[in-house]
Amino acid sequence: MSLLRIRNLSVDFATASGTFRAVDGVDQDVDTGEILAIVGESGSGKSVSMLALMGLLPWTATITADEMSFDGKDLLRMDTRAKRRIIGNDLAMIFQEPMSSLNPCFTVGWQIKESLRHHLGFDRRARHARAIELFEQVGIPDPEKRLAAFPHQMSGGMNQRVMIAMAIACKPKLLIADEPTTALDVTIQAQILDLLASLRDETGMGLVLITHDMGVVAETAERVSVQYAGQKVEEQPVVDLFATPHHPYTAALLDALPERATDKFLPTIPGVVPGQFDRPKGCLFSPRCKFSDAKCKATPPPPLGADLGFARCFHPVNSDERIAS
Amino acid sequence: MTDPVMQARALERHYNVGGGLFGKTRVLRAVGGVDFDLTPGKTLAVVGESGCGKSTLARMVAMIEEPTEGTLSLDGKPVLPEDWADLRKSVQIVFQDPYGSLNPRQRIGAILEEPLIINRKEMSKQDRQDKGREMLRLVGLRPEHYDRYPHMFSGGQRQRIAIARALMLDPKVVVLDEPVSALDLSIQSSILNLLRELQDRLHLAYLFISHDLSVVRHVADDLIVMYLGRAIEKGPKADVFANPLHPYTKALLSATPRTTPNAAKERIKLIGELPSPMAIPDGCPFAPRCWKVQPDCRAKVPALSGGAHGAACFYPEGEAAGD
Repeated sequence: MSLLRIRNLSVDFATASGTFRAVDGVDQDVDTGEILAIVGESGSGKSVSMLALMGLLPWTATITADEMSFDGKDLLRMDTRAKRRIIGNDLAMIFQEPMSSLNPCFTVGWQIKESLRHHLGFDRRARHARAIELFEQVGIPDPEKRLAAFPHQMSGGMNQRVMIAMAIACKPKLLIADEPTTALDVTIQAQILDLLASLRDETGMGLVLITHDMGVVAETAERVSVQYAGQKVEEQPVVDLFATPHHPYTAALLDALPERATDKFLPTIPGVVPGQFDRPKGCLFSPRCKFSDAKCKATPPPPLGADLGFARCFHPVNSDERIAS
Repeated sequence: MTDPVMQARALERHYNVGGGLFGKTRVLRAVGGVDFDLTPGKTLAVVGESGCGKSTLARMVAMIEEPTEGTLSLDGKPVLPEDWADLRKSVQIVFQDPYGSLNPRQRIGAILEEPLIINRKEMSKQDRQDKGREMLRLVGLRPEHYDRYPHMFSGGQRQRIAIARALMLDPKVVVLDEPVSALDLSIQSSILNLLRELQDRLHLAYLFISHDLSVVRHVADDLIVMYLGRAIEKGPKADVFANPLHPYTKALLSATPRTTPNAAKERIKLIGELPSPMAIPDGCPFAPRCWKVQPDCRAKVPALSGGAHGAACFYPEGEAAGD
């Protein structure tokens, strides 16, 4: 039984010009101790699906799902009070911009101790001891002094460590990291990714890594789910995904990496991600896909089997059929 | 080999910061002594982490800021602030964020014509429009986009417009300040192709500022690695990537995530963070984070060694050590 189980999750936003479907029928499982990466470009719904899980979307969003359960508890039919006991406790999240997700008016010590008081009911002394312990765990030098610092007095990398310390304060079973290193320099990024992976090893928590950086995925993740325009188009273990992508979108995305370039000019994907008004009727990638035919444009393809990476495609690449023909 | 179109020698830029009512102003050395040559048809990439002075360098080359020290010359003639208005025609810049760099109230046509209205006063309206439409076609947009507003375009298309605007005056040098950092992967490759194509066709010299080593590896001919305002390594791209001399370059390369899962690799872990540019340590700026630091590293500043591929380090890595 997996730690997190999502079936057929959809999120619609009510906008001035009608509803916009940001997440479209996404299934997702995360096991204890596993690192799952969700990759996609901007507008692929990768963050929104996890924000829906956390209950952090504004009132304009309508969330529908067949199933959304965490650790055996049904999140869909749970009242908000019970949900609040789980979120921030067993289920934690860190965000992209450490500077703007910390409150500038309070010291980082105050902010980290808040969740210890709320969820664990620690007294002042225990809170202080645990906060120092957490700062040491995430590699913040001189923790005693740093607890009294305000976010603006620390660098981006240090603030991200504070965010991670806050997220793991209550020993969560699942940590969702939404682009945790996008705002950081590469040498700091390497430190933060190592930290997240080592925390996973120590605590055995599940880790969901939302990112757009294929390099981060290749080096950190174990299983990868690729999203495009709100749909999950493919899911594979990381080595297989990079070796034999099955969905044409994944294949095209990997080809477009400058690192894999063999020629002076890079392979490109024509067109842009569909928006609110030009959403295709059939396969969402069909207007940009070089394999698309009339069938692709008319009917949305259902996900294929596990051997083909659950690709939502009628003409998967790197399949036996394709090789034979 | 063609002659360099632009040369920079010992370029420095200092800022006075702080002060207040009673405090003393302190000097921040954003760029401290950088040399380079830009050659037509070639790309010089400048890489480094945030705060290393790469954008300040770009702004000096684009004549937005005046160098505090050092000289910049264009076609052998010195670039002096009194001649900027004239010389800017030859040096144009493309910024990182195409959402911030285009005026939302101007039509694309007006955006493209503005450089001509200012700098080519003799040009007729019809000629300007023809040139604008021609340029749109060159960057892969359609002529009917001429009368639209920036909000009607996607990020990639906006960056094409920004590139078109930079090319309106037929510059010799184009400064690209993180031109693809704000774009998605699938769009990034088409912009990189466009830049390459335009360079081949128009024989442009590029100064390509980036923090993304995988992009630099693809586009650059030569490379400068900067750390805290100083060039710590420079050389032809292939040499720098294959055989990094400076420990920082080596660490930077090892920290860049590669897209080959499970590939055996040794990641050099840098301890600590970039020191504040207000308090650059004495001696080698990288000494506090370096794993092979020696006492003399903290005492003297190592100079950038000469030759095609050189590093500012007393104890360089790799085979070229000890020459």
